Amino acid sequence: MQEQLDDIRRKALDELAQISNVGDLDEWRVNHLGRNGSLTTVLRQVGSLAPDERKEAGANGNKTKTLLETSLEKRTEEITNLVLEEKLKNDRIDVTLPGTPLMQGRMHPTMQTIQEITNAFVAMGFQILEGPEVEWDYYNFEALNIPPGHPARDMWNTFWVDYEDKDGNRPMLLRTHTSPMQVRTMENREPPVRVVIPGRCYRYEATDATHESSFFQIEGLTVGEGITFADLKGTLYEFARRIFGMDRQIRFRCDYFPFVEPGVDMSIDCFNCQGKGCRVCSSTGWIEIMGAGMVHPEVLRRVGYDPEKYTGFAFGMGPERIAMLRHGIEDIRLFYSNDIRFLQQF
Amino acid sequence: MRVSLKWLKEYVDFDLAAEDLAHRLTMAGIEVGSIEQIGQDWENVYVGHVTSVDTHPNADRLRLATVDLGEEKITVVCGAPNIAPKQNIAFAKIGALLTDSDTGEKSRLKAARIRGIQSEGMVCSERELGLGEDHSGILVLPEDAPIGIPLETYMGDIILDLDVTPNRPDCFGMLGIAWEVAAITGNPVNVPKNAFAETDTPISKRVSVDIMDPDLCLRYTATLIDDLKIGPSPVWMQQRLIAAGFRPINNLVDITNYVMMEYGQPLHAFDFSTLTGGKVIVRRGKTNEPMTTLDGEERTLSTDDLIIADAEHPVGLAGIIGGGPSEVTETTTSVLLESATFAHTAIRRTSSMQRVRTEASLRFEKGLNPELSIQALRRATELFVNLADGKPAKGYIDEYPGMVTIEPIQLGKNHIKRVLGIEISIEEALSIFTRLGLQASTTNPETIEVKPPFWRSDLAIPEDLIEELARTIGYDVIPITLPISPFPSHEPDPMGDLKNQIRHLMIGAGLQEIITYSLVSEEMLNLTAPENLFTPVRIWNPQSEEQEYLRTTLRANLLKTFSLNQRNVESGLKLFEIGRIYGKRDNELPEEREILAAILGGQRSELSWQGEDRDIDFFDAKGLLEHILGHFNIVATFEAAQDPVFHPGRSAVIIVENTPVGHLAEMHPNLNKKFEIDTEPVAYFELDIEAILPHIHDGNYQPATRFPAVVRDLSFIVDTETPSGSIHEMIRTFPSVVSVVLFDIYSGDQIPSGKKSCAFRVMYQNPTRTLTDDEVDIAQRQLLEKLQREIGATLRD
Repeated sequence: MQEQLDDIRRKALDELAQISNVGDLDEWRVNHLGRNGSLTTVLRQVGSLAPDERKEAGANGNKTKTLLETSLEKRTEEITNLVLEEKLKNDRIDVTLPGTPLMQGRMHPTMQTIQEITNAFVAMGFQILEGPEVEWDYYNFEALNIPPGHPARDMWNTFWVDYEDKDGNRPMLLRTHTSPMQVRTMENREPPVRVVIPGRCYRYEATDATHESSFFQIEGLTVGEGITFADLKGTLYEFARRIFGMDRQIRFRCDYFPFVEPGVDMSIDCFNCQGKGCRVCSSTGWIEIMGAGMVHPEVLRRVGYDPEKYTGFAFGMGPERIAMLRHGIEDIRLFYSNDIRFLQQF
Repeated sequence: MRVSLKWLKEYVDFDLAAEDLAHRLTMAGIEVGSIEQIGQDWENVYVGHVTSVDTHPNADRLRLATVDLGEEKITVVCGAPNIAPKQNIAFAKIGALLTDSDTGEKSRLKAARIRGIQSEGMVCSERELGLGEDHSGILVLPEDAPIGIPLETYMGDIILDLDVTPNRPDCFGMLGIAWEVAAITGNPVNVPKNAFAETDTPISKRVSVDIMDPDLCLRYTATLIDDLKIGPSPVWMQQRLIAAGFRPINNLVDITNYVMMEYGQPLHAFDFSTLTGGKVIVRRGKTNEPMTTLDGEERTLSTDDLIIADAEHPVGLAGIIGGGPSEVTETTTSVLLESATFAHTAIRRTSSMQRVRTEASLRFEKGLNPELSIQALRRATELFVNLADGKPAKGYIDEYPGMVTIEPIQLGKNHIKRVLGIEISIEEALSIFTRLGLQASTTNPETIEVKPPFWRSDLAIPEDLIEELARTIGYDVIPITLPISPFPSHEPDPMGDLKNQIRHLMIGAGLQEIITYSLVSEEMLNLTAPENLFTPVRIWNPQSEEQEYLRTTLRANLLKTFSLNQRNVESGLKLFEIGRIYGKRDNELPEEREILAAILGGQRSELSWQGEDRDIDFFDAKGLLEHILGHFNIVATFEAAQDPVFHPGRSAVIIVENTPVGHLAEMHPNLNKKFEIDTEPVAYFELDIEAILPHIHDGNYQPATRFPAVVRDLSFIVDTETPSGSIHEMIRTFPSVVSVVLFDIYSGDQIPSGKKSCAFRVMYQNPTRTLTDDEVDIAQRQLLEKLQREIGATLRD
């Protein structure tokens, strides 16, 4: 009996090793493990053995059966994998073909710059506000310490709206800067104030590589108790380092805007020539980034803030100009060209 | 303002290099735009003395000049008509770099043989030296010019070109700049003394001045000078005027310009013999009164214009430009010299209305202190005496209706700290103010009293003085701190947040953001604006018809941009803008509304080896719109609508909770043609961002049910006209239905005409238990009955 089992096992395993397709496996199973298979036939004889032999023979028979069954299972998996591998080997693609394209949308570079700049100020506790683009002369000029006939009005060439009031004045205009929102903001809330205001502005100007009649500005205003010129420097310094990098040199010099006193011009050293002087910085080594200053007491007084108690600083900058400097864009008109070949580079 | 450093040294001493001075001035608020070196390339040019002039043996118009250069004498051929013995001249040796008088280009001087005579050098004209335009003869130098020294040492100069801010009219004068240099260096300022002798006849006997409009003329001062000898002004004065950008004319005119450059106060010299009646009247122009100005313009005056007139006629546009007939000429012997102060608003208005800007109007517009006028008048009168042998009448006219008193300013020490954040000692502050020419003293240990000088019309409040301190010590000295005042509490900004989220969603969906002009033409509005929405706001002074109105729609701008870019892309073009539209309101500011608008067309995906995709249409725009609205849990419905801008069969109004919030459409093909768009169709939507804001809600969490859903398909036939949206809505709101998708729509073979077949995949689910097949069957049957009843649907086999 044992010999028979050994023979069957040896023969069956030899055969199994030779098999290479799934159909033959089934035939093998029928031949050996099927109802009339070689092993089944031998096992059927166990019952006719003497009782003392029966137990051992039975155990050996089952052992052989288990071995054949697990071997079949293993071989089946081996063959299946071989077949699959063979199939996959023939299923080849050119991995250098381009991927399925997704259309690329991008934010307008002006908007990107505005978001970066306003984020820098939001991190310092500023709130973002917006305001009307069509304004009253009062907010755009008068409340900012620029009465009619003021020589500084020439700094802002103005588009006037075709509207006359009952006195025959033409008091409505397209705002020439975002500064009117300084006044509107202070009119609507009590100090402390810390706001940053992006928005469109308009100036009656001939358009060239550095001038656009339509452009954006970002205004900032902080008013509270104990706000100083040193705080103005510190806040703008933090901003400039974040936007232009830690290595930039920053320069504050005296400048004039009627609604601040003292007035400030902030420049950074030219990143094109590292301050040596080149075309980008008009050979000065410095590039003007923004105007700023301590809020003029007259402006505070007009909105009902006590200038004896509160001080503050304000600043304003052009995001297009900053984008131009950062990306080496030489013509501001590109921002309104809306040429997708320009826009998709940012 | 062009500042000659050589000239500047007459008023204040300094050893700073030009670059350093320019830097210090710039930091202090007097911005130096450029530094110009005069004579830096004058190597091999020297001051020479003409010892003799002889005829050229072979040419009538040429002469031989012998020039003494100190260590040597050279004889050269010279063609200049004005060369004469005993002149001091500029002599160029071989190798000098000169400007060619014909071509204007620079070249090195070579030895030449002219009509048989060797000439080793040249006597130079102004133009050849790059000093000016004059090439009618050689440049004759003053008698005291030191012979033999390089011309650069004698005449070289450095010009700082200043960009003066409007608050500093004093810096339109050399003395104003001198005070700035004094503040930097601590050196004193030398103000001209202005002493001269007068005749015995009082001026009041011969001239009367009448200011009719004292609101426009604050002060009128004048002297009368007789026996003037007109001629060229001295070379030193001419040199300075040329450096400052003026063309020398004659001594009388040059003096008025020179003193204007010194003091920043414009002056005007009238030929006294032309003033009828010896009268000066300062008055407003009469309506349509004619006047000819020095520039030859025939002008028509209005009552807004301030003029100077004699007894009969206007003789000058006050503070701007003189009148032709009263001009100083070669025959002038008596001059009425005017130094007045006019209201800056009037000068500014007339200058802009009459379209004439002069050196005088530039200064008056900024606002000058009346105290300045008399200083400049005395200085100019002195120069008329000394440089033109004039005899001034006794005294001077001084009509002064606009007398101003300069109030002293009190500046507390604490105030300085409160604004700047640093302490500045009383002693240091006093020193700075004094260097700037301000009268400063202490009234108590904590307070300084400052009386601003007449030339500093910009100083009025303590903060002005604080700026003087800060800019003089240097802004860079002030430390860097961050505000320690409390953080304000901030209101939420839902509109700003929404715009940003929409912007990012649109970008994520593959659309390119654009920003277009908000000013558009009337034609564009007529072509594209929705009817009866907004009345456009017109600009009173537009730059062009292209930009005459504020837009009431983004449509035209998006169409234009689409058209512009259609050839820049290989496949579809998808653009959006978030921007404002503007609508006129009565007697208040226009309404400004934030709009999202998108335009899409062309192939749906980019050109690829995977084959062509279909073209973008209405439904791509709709899908995008639903994607945006879905992000904010807003359910919109769409109703077919008519708008001449859009395809009549493919246009819808977007409705959210019974409110129209925008349009969705394909553009009308004729409009595409107008904008030269080749793509067809062009899909478009616009959404009023403010209008959807109230409908945004976050949505409450719903736990996912663990009971299985049952999916059934439902196909039926309805009239073609039945909107699928309403069928969808009927199914979606049916009990136990949790979702529904329209997955097939068909008309044609086997479907009766006028009908369409719709197939919906319906998902039934109960959140609390498993639905049985029977329950679903019943629900499905009831649903179909409802559809049959309400829209006449018949089941499709």
